[in-house]
Amino acid sequence: MADFPILSVMMLVPLLAAVACLLVEAKAARQIALVATLIDLALGILLWVNYDIGGAQWQFQENVPLFAGFSWALGIDGIALMLIMLSVFLMPICILASAAIEKRVGEYMAAFLLMETLMIGVFAAQDLFLFYIMFEAGLIPMYLIIGIWGGADRIYASYKFFLYTLIGSVLMLIAMLWMVNEAGTTDIPTLMEYNFAPEVQTWLWLAFFASFAVKMPMWPVHTWLPDAHVQAPTAGSVILAGVLLKMGGYGFIRFSLPMFPEASAQFAWLVFALSMVAVVYTSLVALVQNDMKKLIAYSSVAHMAIVTIGLFAFNPQGLEGAMVVMLSHGLVSGALFLCVGVIYDRLHTREIDRYGGLSINMPYYALFFMLFTMASIGLPGTSGFVGEFLSLAGIYQVSSWVALVCTTGIILGAAYMLYLYRRVAFGEQKNADAAAMPDLNRREWFLMAPIAAVVLWMGVYPESFLAPMRADIAVLDARIARAKPASDAQLTAGKPKPATATEHAAHGEAH
Amino acid sequence: MDFVQSFRLAAPEVLFSLSGLILLLASAWTRSDRGARVITWLTIAVLVIGGAMIAPALANGAAGPDTLAFSALFTASAFAAFAKLLIIAAAAASLVIAPAYFQRLGAYRNEYPVLVLFAVLGMCLMVSSTNLLSLYIGLELNSLAAYVLAAFLRNDDRSAEAGLKYFVLGSLASGILLFGISLTYGFAGTIGYDGIAAALTGKISTGAVFGLVFVFAGLAFKISAVPFHMWTPDVYEGSPTPVTTFFASAPKVAALALTVIVAIEAFGNQIAAWQPIVVFAALASIVIGALGAIGQTNLKRLLAYSSINNVGFLLIGLAAATPQGVAGMLVYLAIYTAMTIGGFVAVLMLKDADGNPVESLADIAGLSRHRKVLAACIAMIMFSLAGIPPLFGFWGKFVVFQAAVEAGHIWLAAIGIAASVIGAFYYLKVVKVMYFDEPAMKAVGHSDWMHQALLGLCAVAISPLGYLLTKPLGALAATAAGALFIP
Repeated sequence: MADFPILSVMMLVPLLAAVACLLVEAKAARQIALVATLIDLALGILLWVNYDIGGAQWQFQENVPLFAGFSWALGIDGIALMLIMLSVFLMPICILASAAIEKRVGEYMAAFLLMETLMIGVFAAQDLFLFYIMFEAGLIPMYLIIGIWGGADRIYASYKFFLYTLIGSVLMLIAMLWMVNEAGTTDIPTLMEYNFAPEVQTWLWLAFFASFAVKMPMWPVHTWLPDAHVQAPTAGSVILAGVLLKMGGYGFIRFSLPMFPEASAQFAWLVFALSMVAVVYTSLVALVQNDMKKLIAYSSVAHMAIVTIGLFAFNPQGLEGAMVVMLSHGLVSGALFLCVGVIYDRLHTREIDRYGGLSINMPYYALFFMLFTMASIGLPGTSGFVGEFLSLAGIYQVSSWVALVCTTGIILGAAYMLYLYRRVAFGEQKNADAAAMPDLNRREWFLMAPIAAVVLWMGVYPESFLAPMRADIAVLDARIARAKPASDAQLTAGKPKPATATEHAAHGEAH
Repeated sequence: MDFVQSFRLAAPEVLFSLSGLILLLASAWTRSDRGARVITWLTIAVLVIGGAMIAPALANGAAGPDTLAFSALFTASAFAAFAKLLIIAAAAASLVIAPAYFQRLGAYRNEYPVLVLFAVLGMCLMVSSTNLLSLYIGLELNSLAAYVLAAFLRNDDRSAEAGLKYFVLGSLASGILLFGISLTYGFAGTIGYDGIAAALTGKISTGAVFGLVFVFAGLAFKISAVPFHMWTPDVYEGSPTPVTTFFASAPKVAALALTVIVAIEAFGNQIAAWQPIVVFAALASIVIGALGAIGQTNLKRLLAYSSINNVGFLLIGLAAATPQGVAGMLVYLAIYTAMTIGGFVAVLMLKDADGNPVESLADIAGLSRHRKVLAACIAMIMFSLAGIPPLFGFWGKFVVFQAAVEAGHIWLAAIGIAASVIGAFYYLKVVKVMYFDEPAMKAVGHSDWMHQALLGLCAVAISPLGYLLTKPLGALAATAAGALFIP
């Protein structure tokens, strides 16, 4: 096990499968893709089982100096492990969810498999430039996925997605070049401990922020997301929401916070302000959507804002909460997009008003949909609760106002999700065609059931997911402790009155 | 002065000129298509032999006084060797693709390979020059051959127009350059680069600055940097496609290498004087090249603007004015050559059912449905030109920006890279047309196997596999750049 380059193999399997998919017929391509993603899932489980919790910070390290200026350096900590697990878990589901794709199946599967390679690469890269290459390369397959297999307005959405994320990222490249020139290394673990001068950190932080804020996405650069989500095919939306958005959060936790702690503290107000706006504004926008996918897309922006406030709370609760929200959101919003996909495949519309009363003719579907709705709201017992609670508990230690505003997001979240659910699943069966839709078939059970199980697992026993990350979050917390902003809670200890006086007073009142 | 030594150093150039003359004579007796093919392959063989003779200089890192020949009029340094190898590779590629294209039109002639060979000779002299006079002779030898090549399809109006435009504007540029050279000579009192560098130190007179500006303006014409780029789209569009392939690759490499030599060797003590010119030309080329391309509907014009855009990025390496910057430029030039040859060969392969060339963007709509591999190659080239990783084009941009950042030009790098996003738009447009739009079923014709092989080679070179080359390529470029910076 020690010498087996498991991370490289995990990247190679989908890559080879992608090439194979280009060469074969549609049916074979589907099978190859499913098998390859399942192999990767198995390798991922092997990775998790072999991950030594409490062991070295970086495990499964590989380093081959293949290139000039950077090297093929891979390795993971608990945070990366969890995000890789999320990716390999969602991929087979995405492949299964793509049964409705009829045209150019081979190319479609190849694009998805390539995405998987790159996603694992992003989370496993231990070299700054290798990370950048993987981070940026994901644009190409995603551009093609949205543009070829997307909905009516797919071309506009694909351009917007590509150019928005590209302009965010290029400035980060310049910052990276400067950092490598200054620190003399491209090794991410070393850079995470390198102390850049605080005045330089400001600029570097802003350059990284430009990239991660777009990827995250944070208000006001979130506008590519609803377009991309709505126009992408179901599986594309799942990958976008499930994993691609996590790259932004991962970037903050891997780069912005540990590399630029002072600047992170300096700009915490900016992150808080944008997050507060995002939570309230996008929740309100979600409330008035008629398009199901758009509604869920806006809810993603709101949830990601909870992630950012958790990250910039500068305490372990906030960081752990942010990570759990990311994992939970990856599962839940992915599942919600699948729920939309299930009925979209039957009726070919995403308009909420065209449905209604689905709990009558599709009871199992309604059940799963309700579970994921509740998880999205953050009902205790589901994964959403754990993450949101920890994040908000973290931010409450820093700023009561931010916590207050962001908590309204939970209430608004309940409003728009329950409103959506009521309109789709409850009420009259006002549309005959919607009323005639059959319930989940076996394939769709295979899509929903695993996610539902993990959502409940994460809700009931989050320790399984927190344990691998705990040590890394503690390291990060220690690293950023020196820049920790002061809490706004003005705790002044009251003067205790003499015991006798209290007694007297109590006595007096009784009379 | 050891004459034998001089001839030994200039042996590849001697070989090219003698072979050119012999082949020219030989072609007077062969007028058949078959004869033209034979002469083409002989020319390619000559180029390959010349390349083999040049390669050791690069491998050994030849530099310094030992490389000077003919009373220091010519140098066979590692830098010149790097540029020459690229020039030869590009010229050989444009020879390989030519017969299939011209013979369909019944316009292939023996002169084509011979003219290319003379152009290569001129370019070799350019990049080996140590003296404003040898510079000018090399430049003109190359240009005169190029003017004829542009007008090679004599019966085609567009080709004739391209040739004339190229000639008029090229002569204007030569005039400007010559004016600059004469001013520089007047103020420095010498035409040798070493002498100019020694004469022009510290604060220089306005006249010398004028000379410098005119020299750079003349060179900017030759590399088609903004604001001297206007001829490029017209000439690239009008010239026969194999000739355009040649123009976009070999003379570009030669002119850029020459600009580097003049900037570093002759005006190496006046960096502050030329740096603003280069910075302006770089940023303007990036922006204008990108904006100009957006409205284009002809693929060759689009690639012409793309080459203007790429020159901007290349000049960022020069603006850094460090060995790293020059090495980055050379790496970028190597990758750019592969991308641009691939791009034009792909255009060459787009034919309708009757074999007529298809050049319009609208006609390649939905290409990915019926010409999967060709469309995939074009898409790769487009993403690579846009500098999107993991394609190899990213590495070229990466090294020049790295050099700029290391030299402290962070704002130049930041503005340049932000402007590259504008360029991404039109590269994406090509991919969009091929992949997202409904098929126009225009470009259905089959292509020559030679074209397919060359495109395949370029596609492999710019694929992520190219990153395996970064170490040797970087080492060679560093050696070559080191040869230029010897005091």
